Amino acid sequence: MNRKPDHFVLRVDPILCDGFGHCHELAPELVQVDEWGYPIIHEELTSMTELTLLKSARLAVRGCPRQALRIERTNGPA
Amino acid sequence: MTMDAPPRVMSGASGRPLTLREHEVTFGTATVGAALVGELEASGLMGRGGAGFATSKKVELLRHQRGHHKVVVVNAMEGEPVGHKDRTLLSANPHLVLDGAQCVANLIGARRVAVCVSRKDSAIVNHVQRALHERERRGTGPEFILDTPPWRYVAGEESALVHWLNDNETMPQYRPQRPNVLHVGRSPALVVNAETCAHVGLINRFGALWFRELGTPSSPGSTLVSVTGAVHRPTVLEVALGTPLRSILRAAGADPDPLALLTGGYGGAWLSGEHLDVAYCNEDLRSLGATVGAGILVVVPKGACGLAETHRVVQWMANESSRQCGPCAFGLPALAEDLRTLLHDARDPHGVLVRLKERCDVIQGRGACRHPDGVVRLVDSALRVFAGHIDEHVNGFPCAALTTTRRWVTVPALEHESDLVWE
Ligand SMILES: Cc1cc2nc3c(=O)[nH]c(=O)nc-3n(C[C@H](O)[C@H](O)[C@H](O)COP(=O)(O)O)c2cc1C
Ligand code: SF4
Ligand code: SF4
Repeated sequence: MNRKPDHFVLRVDPILCDGFGHCHELAPELVQVDEWGYPIIHEELTSMTELTLLKSARLAVRGCPRQALRIERTNGPA
Repeated sequence: MTMDAPPRVMSGASGRPLTLREHEVTFGTATVGAALVGELEASGLMGRGGAGFATSKKVELLRHQRGHHKVVVVNAMEGEPVGHKDRTLLSANPHLVLDGAQCVANLIGARRVAVCVSRKDSAIVNHVQRALHERERRGTGPEFILDTPPWRYVAGEESALVHWLNDNETMPQYRPQRPNVLHVGRSPALVVNAETCAHVGLINRFGALWFRELGTPSSPGSTLVSVTGAVHRPTVLEVALGTPLRSILRAAGADPDPLALLTGGYGGAWLSGEHLDVAYCNEDLRSLGATVGAGILVVVPKGACGLAETHRVVQWMANESSRQCGPCAFGLPALAEDLRTLLHDARDPHGVLVRLKERCDVIQGRGACRHPDGVVRLVDSALRVFAGHIDEHVNGFPCAALTTTRRWVTVPALEHESDLVWE
């Protein structure tokens, strides 16, 4: 059965990422930074209905100067 | 084989590579039929390159890709400095590996096979070249090419090999989805370890039931193991999976009562010398945090310092990072530095130990490839297996092993960052 994806998770391409940490400023709820400034992304799936989180994820994706971020849509735990 | 069964992939090994004629006398001639798909699945063959993933699943994934120009990449890079199995295999039975590669090519519908041997192994490059010439004269089968990337630890990672074939650069690439299909140009590519190929070649001839006569139900067949460290002489053995570790060590002439074993390779894990009765297969080793990995065992005797051995390996591994990803490029040197501080620097060792553990958690899973994960696994296992000895270091007791220069895990000399060759 094909369900419409109802969860998302933010993903980073670690090779593109420059580690200046803009994403942390744009989406602090979803992105922490490590001691070297590289993003540690909240790995658990977030429901699409969490509109504020989805909005900050989109902000981070758009604000990333290297275009290293991506929102991956998946089916949540059934 | 050394213990009770006759050798399989090492049959007929004579100190020089078997010629095509000798090869066919030893193993018989073979044709690839459609039945091999089923046989491969029934055989339960797991890849021998390190990850231990079912070969039939990888083949299945590639079979269903579109495209006429699929590529099979034979991975004989042997990035592990303490591993010698693929080299040993290719200097004994190169044609068996090529047979297997041909089978895989047939299964997925590939017309090209790229055999990748690091250019550092010039003798092996020659063996493969000669074997390919012999086959060329027969004029059948897929087109084989021999490729010789530079030797780096991560050059054998599959996306790095594919990157090499595309752009002559042996750096791993980021792959958002797993399992995903790698591409050489626009052609789907399947990367298979050289030893895995040899087993496929045998399954094609003798079938899945024969293959399963050795090994355990979930780890069938035989496997090559490189044993080094506190051994009479470094060796490569072919053993049935599931053989007790103790018998493998005995057959290799190793110290019968070691402090610990490094299992799987530099990106593997330590196993305490108390667990020599465990069966050598992933399902049993993993319950103790160890792994078959790339078929590596390094024997470290009592009196050695596990922390010092780990530090040298981690330091080298940090230097082999391709430095594309922050958590790997900065994190691994930080781990090495923490280990060094624990060993030599008396200031705040408790704090350093806590920081080391935190850093391991932070780095885990955040590189484009699994290189940092391997290092983290090694450090984690060292903290577990050598916990007692690390306590002594932390509490400032002197460590006798540090006053000697004898080290057991062979680690290549550190190269300066600017001297590392990637292309
Ligand atoms: C850092 C790193 C280094 C690797 N080096 C090698 C190598 O030198 N040789 C090899 O066969 N596989 C190596 N691998 C594993 C390959 O990525 C790949 O899984 C393997 O070649 C697949 O073959 P198999 O399914 O037959 O095991 C490495 C993996 C990683 C993460
Ligand atoms: S904004 Fe983009 S480039 Fe900058 S740290 Fe975040 S992911 Fe990396
Ligand atoms: S994780 Fe490390 S070795 Fe792998 S691609 Fe990134 S920097 Fe290179």
